[in-house]
Amino acid sequence: MEFSEHIKTANVEDVVLRRPFHPPMQGTLCVTGHHLLFSNRDGDSSRLVLLLLRNIDAIEKSVENLLGYSSLFSSTGQSQRPSVSSGTITLKCKDLCVLQLDIPGMEECLNIARSIEYLSSLDIVSDMYPFFYRPLKLSLQDQWGLSSPEQNYAQMEELQDRWRLSHVNKDYSVCPSYPPAVIVPHSIDDETLVKVAKFRQGGRFPVLCYYHRKNGMVIMRSSQPLTGANRKRCREDELLLQAVIDGSGLGYIIDTRSNQQAQQARMTGGGFESKSSYSCWKRLHRQLERGKVLQESLIKLVEACGDHSHSVDRWLSKLENSKWLSHVHTALATAGLLAECVERDGHSVLVHGSEGTDATLLVSSLAQLILDPNTRTLDGFLGLLEREWLLAGHPFQHRCAHSAYSHARLRLEAPVFVLLLDCVWQLARQFPLAMGFSEPLLLRLAREVYASDYGTFLCNSDQERCAAGVKERTHCLFQFLLKPSEREHYSNPLYEPTELAIWPSIQPQSLQLWRGLFLRWTQHAVHLEKAQEELRNLVIECRGAS
Amino acid sequence: MKYIQSSVEQVRLLERFSNKSTSGTLHLTATHLIFVESNNTATTAAQEIWILHHHIASVEKLSLTTSGCPLVIQCRNFRVVHFVVQRERDCHDIYSSLLRLLRPVSYDELYAFSYNPKQNEQQREEGWQLIDLGAEFERMGVPCDRWQLTDVNRDYKICETYPRDLYVPITASKPIIVGSSKFRSKGRFPVLTYFYQEKKAAVCRCSQPLSGFSARCLEDESMLQAISKANHNSRFVYVMDTRPKLNAMANRAAGKGYENEDNYSNIRFQFVGIENIHVMRTSLQKLLEVVGSRFLSVNDYLLGLESCGWLRHVKAVVDAAIFLTKAVTVEGASVLVHCSDGWDRTAQVCSLGALLMDPYYRTIKGFMVLIEKDWISFGHKFADRCDQLDGDPKEVSPVFTQFLECVWQLTEQFPQAFEFSEWLLLQIHEHVHSCQYGNFLANNQRRREELQLGDRTHSLWAFLLREQQNYLNPAYCPTYADTHPVLEPSTLPCHFKFWRNMYHQFDRSMHPRQSVLKNVLTLKESNCQLEDTIKDLETRLQKHGISPPTPDPQASPRDQRILPTRPHSLILGAPLSRKEAQRQQEEEEEEEEVGEEVTECCSDTERTVEGSSGTERKESYSDLQGTYGAKAEPAVVSLEFGVARMTC
Repeated sequence: MEFSEHIKTANVEDVVLRRPFHPPMQGTLCVTGHHLLFSNRDGDSSRLVLLLLRNIDAIEKSVENLLGYSSLFSSTGQSQRPSVSSGTITLKCKDLCVLQLDIPGMEECLNIARSIEYLSSLDIVSDMYPFFYRPLKLSLQDQWGLSSPEQNYAQMEELQDRWRLSHVNKDYSVCPSYPPAVIVPHSIDDETLVKVAKFRQGGRFPVLCYYHRKNGMVIMRSSQPLTGANRKRCREDELLLQAVIDGSGLGYIIDTRSNQQAQQARMTGGGFESKSSYSCWKRLHRQLERGKVLQESLIKLVEACGDHSHSVDRWLSKLENSKWLSHVHTALATAGLLAECVERDGHSVLVHGSEGTDATLLVSSLAQLILDPNTRTLDGFLGLLEREWLLAGHPFQHRCAHSAYSHARLRLEAPVFVLLLDCVWQLARQFPLAMGFSEPLLLRLAREVYASDYGTFLCNSDQERCAAGVKERTHCLFQFLLKPSEREHYSNPLYEPTELAIWPSIQPQSLQLWRGLFLRWTQHAVHLEKAQEELRNLVIECRGAS
Repeated sequence: MKYIQSSVEQVRLLERFSNKSTSGTLHLTATHLIFVESNNTATTAAQEIWILHHHIASVEKLSLTTSGCPLVIQCRNFRVVHFVVQRERDCHDIYSSLLRLLRPVSYDELYAFSYNPKQNEQQREEGWQLIDLGAEFERMGVPCDRWQLTDVNRDYKICETYPRDLYVPITASKPIIVGSSKFRSKGRFPVLTYFYQEKKAAVCRCSQPLSGFSARCLEDESMLQAISKANHNSRFVYVMDTRPKLNAMANRAAGKGYENEDNYSNIRFQFVGIENIHVMRTSLQKLLEVVGSRFLSVNDYLLGLESCGWLRHVKAVVDAAIFLTKAVTVEGASVLVHCSDGWDRTAQVCSLGALLMDPYYRTIKGFMVLIEKDWISFGHKFADRCDQLDGDPKEVSPVFTQFLECVWQLTEQFPQAFEFSEWLLLQIHEHVHSCQYGNFLANNQRRREELQLGDRTHSLWAFLLREQQNYLNPAYCPTYADTHPVLEPSTLPCHFKFWRNMYHQFDRSMHPRQSVLKNVLTLKESNCQLEDTIKDLETRLQKHGISPPTPDPQASPRDQRILPTRPHSLILGAPLSRKEAQRQQEEEEEEEEVGEEVTECCSDTERTVEGSSGTERKESYSDLQGTYGAKAEPAVVSLEFGVARMTC
């Protein structure tokens, strides 16, 4: 596709860029197919600011001086420059940064705004920047992704006598959002799986996502059963679940909807596992918000953080009103419950909501972080994200099309992944020595998931990624983050591995607003970041010496 | 005293935020209430809780239940304990004994007069000489050609709540001082409290003028004139009335009030609107009610934080300090600060302002000097505000606590600027109420001298300085002061946070399970030890006539064994009481005996992780369960999960 037809004005001189933490800069603005390029030549030193267009969430423009006043740039200290008119473009980015461009010339300003608007909202995957990003250090021949389902399975020898790797989905025909290979009970053959898939929304039949070595219990995840209004049953589904708890006699189903929501789902063909059909399974309902509610919560939170009024009451009421911390609380509490069922109660758990691609993944991955020390290393955490989010079919492209500033009508957006990162951050706050990765990693992921040079978060499922050639034609973020140069920056110098489960406190007093993300662009974030850096260096120094 | 020295067995201690309980024995001694967990497992050390009688704010006997008689004790350091005593008579005995014990009527009954650390007389005296306010004023550059030491209050004749040594403008003659003091509430006339050398600007403090609706006093006007004249940088002096305007106006009806700008030449008058001690007391009470409720939802928590107004008040104090700082450092103007009596809000604003202006006060020693100067010597009524003796409950107010919290909020905004960590603040708060040291006893210097505190009690500062490595902030950067001599805090409300470690200091289940602070301190300390060992080895080598090889940081394994000593107190939660610390130490010594290797792998941090996974956690997850509650919940709810198995 040709981008140039959407770029009427490619270059403008004498643009002033205003961004947080920097004095205003004057220079040349250049629009390319995927970037805004701003360069400023100040004597010998030239500085370049590169902004991925995909990162722009909302654009606001205002045109001034229509009558031909000359504009004043007090900041640059230059004398008045004659100019017919000028415009200001405010760019609100998905990483929550807000930039402003003062552009001389109304025509140019409008042209540029139009280009940005168009190019930032491209939704054809193969046109996106990752397909054009070719850094010198990386090669397309490098391995894409960290591990395959086959490798994951091969690593867990303990479970192999009771669990098998099924390739029933090898051409994505049974479940389009699942990877080609999944782990299921040994006694359940592929034919049965096909039937179970028909009984589960989107074909997401129950699969194993975590095996607890200490007691052999497992976490399974799926989508809701399609029982419908007339309480349909599926013999194979019941068989599969029975096979999961074979021997232990009891299992829990954590439904991420309220009981009422689950009942209502039956009217639209969905439903839940009834006591009569699944007598050995105990259902627990925990209502986790998703979709629009979550997106609106994020929008309100970001709005509250950007409100610079000086009233404490107003701030607290806005923070409360956003409900974001409540969502964090519920997610952690449900994950805690899930982990308890497995670790302390010693039973297997099936977790699902309706589609099983959002809250389900959130809860199951948090529970794994609580239980499994292997997921708390840098490699392990990225591996968890790959398994539980990318391969498990979280629809990243839909969920992260827009962030908190966008004026676009909400469709399928929901910051479930950001919520996960926030919960992980809360865990890391409470157990600062237990995590092998650092806050910068979480911040980096929060940014990359919305706009990235890498192909990792493109598309909605493994199938789509394969079809679009993501794995052949883009670079993998996770592989990049594990390169020695990056690894150091993203590891936690205080890391002291512990084999134990890390049970988070979920008292409201123990939860905190994630300042690093939501207040990142306020002046005081700089002090905190510096101090953190300092501490980090100190620790590294001490560790190095001793 | 026959009612003391009793023990009651089979007392249950209920956990505050869960359904868990432990049983043990309750001992009542002359100074402490002690709960000792009955040790049912040989492997874990029995939990002990020591509560100083002075720390107890209230004791409440709840109505009898089937399991026994509940006794709820609330402490001034925000510890809340809930005991259930089996027999009602025992409960009543403890209750009535405590009631008598926790309301001492004379100073002699306070712990400070019986407290006896292993110290000789010389050490004790040295402790009291650690802080010298005369030297502090010298450090600021006073006396100088514009400010002098006056002896008018040498015998506490002019103002009995001020210290003996006061600094006033050179041009303020004795008659002016005397006249001014008669026109000020409680005789607290304008005196210097901080001198900003760079601009020769002064921060002065006083109480409200007795102006009523129209009264004026020429001496007082001359006094302000003298303050103004002592600063050539500015034509005027700011007068900051830290009260809300309405309160100040109401005071006029009682013959008090505020300065009339028409009568004083060259003043700029400003209200800053900090609420009075009663509002603050109620606000903190509400806050504690909110955060003390069990099964608090996130929304109720945030709404509660908002409605109690505490953070709003904290911000008001910080805002006032920022105003003061800007006036002095940016405009170079002198500022006179007052409220009603000039010992609550005035102390808060002056000391916080000085903290923002002067990096010295951000060091451990400097912070002590600051408290000694603006709070102790200038007569903040610690005895009344902290309810040291049985007194008027309306006089009690968390003004000093609020000051400490303001400082904490600043340390959170400027993590590199302060030499001390929040543990110093918590420890000071602990001892302001403990009455264990003489520093904070009584309401003013005059009374302290009468009580001969210097001869009969010990100084807290000496104790804190001795173990100051525990209070160090590892992120502290001494050169930060060069680039940021004056701190400019953000006043955005999102930077004001709930201080969990203060108000839930003893609710350890709420704290992070591992502490970065402690870990870094330990690392630093062990590094120092390593370096010392290297030096020591080198000197020994030299003695033997062998030139040391190039220093090898990978010291021999022998040296590495010295490594893992961790600071005893401040494990993760609150600073430990003396007794607890001792026990901790013994424990660690025992561990070391087992073998140095063990200490290394079985570190405190790990132990805390394990300890943390207590059953209270599990209940909190399940307590939240909603709609399905009517039906029997799975065993998850009630099972005691294998905590013991997981703990060392």
